[in-house]
Amino acid sequence: MNLNLDFATILERWPAFLDGALLTLQLAFIATLLGTVIGVLGAIGRRSHHPVVSRICGIYVEAIRNTPLLVQIFLVYFGLASLGLKFSAFAVAAAALTINVGAYTTEIIRAGFDSIPRGQIEAAEGLALSRAQIYWHVVMWPAIEKVYPSLTSQFVLLMLASSVTSQISAEELTAVANYVQSDTYRAFETYILVALVYIVLSLVMRAGFWLLGLVIFPRRRRLGTPL
Amino acid sequence: MGGSLNANHLMFLGYGALWTIGLSLIGLLGGGIAGFIIALCRISPSRIVRLLSAGYVQIIQGTPLLVIMFLTYFGLPTLGITVSPLTAAGASLTIYVGAYLGEIWRGSIESVPKPQWEAAEGLALSRSQRMVKVILPQAVRIATPPTVGFMVQIIKNTSLASVVGFVELARSGQIINNSLFEPFLIYTIIAVIYFALCYPISRISRRLEMRSGPARLSLGTA
Repeated sequence: MNLNLDFATILERWPAFLDGALLTLQLAFIATLLGTVIGVLGAIGRRSHHPVVSRICGIYVEAIRNTPLLVQIFLVYFGLASLGLKFSAFAVAAAALTINVGAYTTEIIRAGFDSIPRGQIEAAEGLALSRAQIYWHVVMWPAIEKVYPSLTSQFVLLMLASSVTSQISAEELTAVANYVQSDTYRAFETYILVALVYIVLSLVMRAGFWLLGLVIFPRRRRLGTPL
Repeated sequence: MGGSLNANHLMFLGYGALWTIGLSLIGLLGGGIAGFIIALCRISPSRIVRLLSAGYVQIIQGTPLLVIMFLTYFGLPTLGITVSPLTAAGASLTIYVGAYLGEIWRGSIESVPKPQWEAAEGLALSRSQRMVKVILPQAVRIATPPTVGFMVQIIKNTSLASVVGFVELARSGQIINNSLFEPFLIYTIIAVIYFALCYPISRISRRLEMRSGPARLSLGTA
């Protein structure tokens, strides 16, 4: 075993790694934002009294949660291409990650909705709030507050999972690493460095979500993602 | 382009599916052993052991499995250690699954009510006797639903072994697609096979969760 590690050669490539890390964060940001929207809509859909709507939402959640992200990405990427639709790797990666995380978010937010006591909803109905008002004030915000820690952990996992999009050559952090290591023959150092960057990114995300939690749920400041 | 999907291709996919199951079992077994050690280290009386194991979990849970795979398969040879795709994939899954199962099981051990520990101590049982005879049998019941749920994550995560050239289900799909170029059809078949492997386990996990009272939110990766 010849242990002559050379991190200097790798660190010279820092602008590439920075670009990759920024793209990873962009992917995570887009998928988190859109995934939350899908999650809220999906959770409302799953609780719908309309059997077709709740069925469709259920199928979406189960299909996504029981298949690997890698296969989902290939299906979207090559599937769209074989239909003659050309999108950039970044757009496909963002779309696939959004579809993926949307299913997990749906499940988490639905659990939050289910945890709202019936009495609260009945009380709101007694106060003659409309269905939309009940969902917004009585169900949605308290529910999201309750599941906020689970949601944020899921989004950090999503950021890590975005590494898989390197397989369709989205130029994010892992793809940059693959390129640098094939160029420098310093695979060990490259992947150690990239692992460190991912750890830093996940800490940054957790700190961000913790701060966001303080802002959007001022009522219970102690809640939020524990750092 | 290169002909159409025939029985040989399906055989090849079936072979890949068997390797997916095999690799999942390796991950479950290796990760289970690693996770058990981690769980015990996390609640060790020694501060250093606790800190080291917590550090391990933080590092692994902050790193994508894909990067761990690349590190073992492409990284180790630059240090003079050559590994086969199977070894790299198996080792990576063990390292990764160990961190997650370790956390799940630590939570289960810690959620055994405190009086149980105290009663066992009152009966003058040694620490290992307390663990084996009182705490673990109860912790196993708490840990079963989330562990079964995590098995779905293990099966899905074995798909990442395809990046180091290990021919499991996802990789065998890629290989067939390279000759036929019918990505939509082939990846749909692959997705359906994964679904057939994962969905029953998801159902079992949910049923176990319902039986054991309050549902815990299980997190998913990839």
